[in-house]
Amino acid sequence: MAAISREEVAHLARLSRLAVTEEELDTFAGQLDVILQSVAQVGEVAAADIPPTSHSVPLTNVLREDVVVPGLTPQEALSGAPDADQQRFRVPRILDEDVAS
Amino acid sequence: MTTTLPAYDDVVARYEPVIGLETHVELGTNTKMFCGCPTDFGGEPNTRVCPVCLGLPGSLPVANKAAIEATIRIGLALNCSIAEWCRFARKNYFYPDMPKDFQISQYDEPLCFDGYLDVEVDGELVRIGIERVHLEEDTGKTLHVGGATGRIHGATESLVDYNRAGIPLVEIVTKPVPGTGALAPEVARAYVTELRDVLRSLGVSDVRMEEGSLRCDVNTSLNLPGEEWGTRTETKNVNSLRSVERAVRSEMLRQAAVLDAGGKITQETRHFHEDTGDTTPGRSKETATDYRYFPEPDLVPLAPDAAWVAELKAALPELPRLHRRRLQEQWGLSDLDMQSVLNAGAVELIEQTVAAGATPAAARKWWLGELSRRANEAGIELADVGATPAQVAELQGLVDAGKLNDKLARSVLEGVVAGEGSPTEIMTDRGLEVVSDTGALTAAVDEAIAANPGIADKIRSGKVAAAGALVGAVMKTTRGQADAKTVRELILERLGVQG
Repeated sequence: MAAISREEVAHLARLSRLAVTEEELDTFAGQLDVILQSVAQVGEVAAADIPPTSHSVPLTNVLREDVVVPGLTPQEALSGAPDADQQRFRVPRILDEDVAS
Repeated sequence: MTTTLPAYDDVVARYEPVIGLETHVELGTNTKMFCGCPTDFGGEPNTRVCPVCLGLPGSLPVANKAAIEATIRIGLALNCSIAEWCRFARKNYFYPDMPKDFQISQYDEPLCFDGYLDVEVDGELVRIGIERVHLEEDTGKTLHVGGATGRIHGATESLVDYNRAGIPLVEIVTKPVPGTGALAPEVARAYVTELRDVLRSLGVSDVRMEEGSLRCDVNTSLNLPGEEWGTRTETKNVNSLRSVERAVRSEMLRQAAVLDAGGKITQETRHFHEDTGDTTPGRSKETATDYRYFPEPDLVPLAPDAAWVAELKAALPELPRLHRRRLQEQWGLSDLDMQSVLNAGAVELIEQTVAAGATPAAARKWWLGELSRRANEAGIELADVGATPAQVAELQGLVDAGKLNDKLARSVLEGVVAGEGSPTEIMTDRGLEVVSDTGALTAAVDEAIAANPGIADKIRSGKVAAAGALVGAVMKTTRGQADAKTVRELILERLGVQG
């Protein structure tokens, strides 16, 4: 059985705003399936006493002091933007309402 | 929808509300959550940005120690457990208010969890459970252009300012609060008020709702007695304490009308409108939001040391409710009197006025009397009335020293509120000082006696009460700038009568 369905790949593509053709869906579903199955093999090796790893370095509490560091000028900040207006980044309208907060 | 809304009393007689609150607080740190950009409010667009908060390739976030500390202190003040180990998480979504296309937040491992906050409503203590307190980063501000209303619908494009993007934001989520019945709107308001006071006492945020450093989402549902909780709606955009109360009430009425008509409540986000007090539906959730949270790979886990947490706990300030109780005892106020001080928003003002040298009774008299009246007339908060605690204490000092009587003090206060200077300066500039020159007063007293021989005779014959008329005459000639008690004593003395 495949580890990822064609529908799931289509869903992910939509969430990622990637325009994927029908043929590409087949291709990617196959490729992602291979990747997931390979990862699943690692899961078989991991015993119950091994916690899932999210970070490869055994560090915690890397913090910085609350001190202001000079950043970019607005000109520098906007220099890489495809479009700008009123010293702001100009982007096409997005239909979803403010989603995060 | 033009459905007539049922009466509130009728709604709470038939339905039971369950409320829940999500509060976002911008921390008052010097710098952003994951980079060294400054956080002060305002500023020209995109002047407080750097490669990290713009999500430029190759940049790496590093967590702000002061923000972590502030969040742990908030958690401790809200009686939470502090996670021994937790991670940040990536919340992925497609919207330009974060340039990275994700927000760094916390998901199933909040820094603080499982606490409570006690609030007082109508003299009763209500315990509000706290589900979690977690840290995330605030988003940028989008300006929608091309549409008529500045809202996204009809807009052709958006302009984005990332000054706010990355400012540390603490999210405080309550557990569902059932069982408050008709008081649900007041409980919601009391909770946010108490939370605001707690945050202020901790000094972690300036908690200004109008500037958006404290923002509130209100969840409301209704159910029939004995049945399961109803479907809830989430009302956003609730930006004042009064609105918190209005939003719950308005949503209870709206939902009751829908349920009464045999309809179903849709689980949705609704927007609160300050002007009408109504809510309207926000974005519909046709597809369930899928944020694809995963542990943030660019930040290592947090593991607050137990000794550090203990140290922060030991250094917590006295919390507002206990502080208020102590003040009430010190000031010798009844519960009712204390309540009117609270309602007037005068606790801190009176406290500071007392600290500046006035007696509690005098401080309370000015703030709840003349100054509250002026604030009410102007429709502003008492704290914004234009007089400071130090000025009020100085004014009272002048009264105590006999330089001002009550009437003159009110005139001086008028000058203070108008920004004319300190009470002493205004007293001098406006020539309002009590006439204490005994020579001048004696002349005025003699004049009054001479002008009213009949009354003078009555007083001589023992009708001391008649002296009031002569006092009035003297006050008139001195244009109110005499001390009535002194004048009375002087009149009796001149007429050879014992007071």
